[in-house]
Amino acid sequence: MAESAIAHDHGVSHDAHASSTGLSNNKMGMWMFLGSECLLFGGLISTYMLYRGRVSSGPQPNNIFDIPFTSVSSFILLMSSLTMVLAVSSAQRKDDRNTNLWLTITALLGATFVGGQVYEFTAFYREGLGFTTSLFGSSFYALTGFHGVHVSVGIIMLIALVGMLRNNRIPGDKAEVVELIGLYWHFVDIIWIIIFTLVYLIPS
Amino acid sequence: MSTATTHAEATENHEVEHHGLSDKQYIVIALILAALTAIEVSTYYVDFGPFFMPVLLILMVIKFVIVVSYFMHLKFDNKIFSYLFYAGLLLAVAVYCGFLATFKFFLKQG
Repeated sequence: MAESAIAHDHGVSHDAHASSTGLSNNKMGMWMFLGSECLLFGGLISTYMLYRGRVSSGPQPNNIFDIPFTSVSSFILLMSSLTMVLAVSSAQRKDDRNTNLWLTITALLGATFVGGQVYEFTAFYREGLGFTTSLFGSSFYALTGFHGVHVSVGIIMLIALVGMLRNNRIPGDKAEVVELIGLYWHFVDIIWIIIFTLVYLIPS
Repeated sequence: MSTATTHAEATENHEVEHHGLSDKQYIVIALILAALTAIEVSTYYVDFGPFFMPVLLILMVIKFVIVVSYFMHLKFDNKIFSYLFYAGLLLAVAVYCGFLATFKFFLKQG
């Protein structure tokens, strides 16, 4: 009993990954981060909801949104969640080849989504909606731009992960690292699920 | 000995954390999500009348819960992760509903 207690104390004091819950600290940290991100996007979404009708000059939301185009973008991001979860599944089976394949496809789908967003922003700007044109424009670009930055960061993490997996430079549990980045990726997907409905499909 | 036991327990916990669905089941879930998205997009073309807003909001919540539960594995993972995430989410919803209410957002919509 005493030996066990000493061993336990030893484990707690010297093993950075040990926790009183028996759960991974990294995963716990990621979920806390995602919980806090809800507050960030909650603020941006509610600000948009408040200001979307405030169009002093420039185009109205319903006049510039291209729903068929954005629907395809949304579908692409949704399918990237499937490829991401398949990458996590492959990593848990220690199938490095398929893990790399699904991660690469996920990054490509994410890049397609961001490319679509850049195209959409360019089209809106040409139609007269700048960042300072109206409160609607400011809140729209702030919300969707922040989301786009999150997707871009996710793509960078995916590319870095593929490189590290190929060079076998991931210390510890590879599957957990893939899962953590997967959690981030799915989070940007669920935020887009909300944005797509509240911003694009529900008219102001 | 006890260190080995601790390690074995940690491995066991780890395996419990990692159980989920098969690849085929993930694909079926993705197809369901795609179908729900198609219904959402159809509201742009078809007049749903008074059901327009409720249908969109319900579909949004269903898609959100499916991704969080199955793709993010919250349904199978330890409940602590669910509490951490949903605490943040509920706090955000409560704070920003309060924020919007102070600007009479919901009265305007009604």
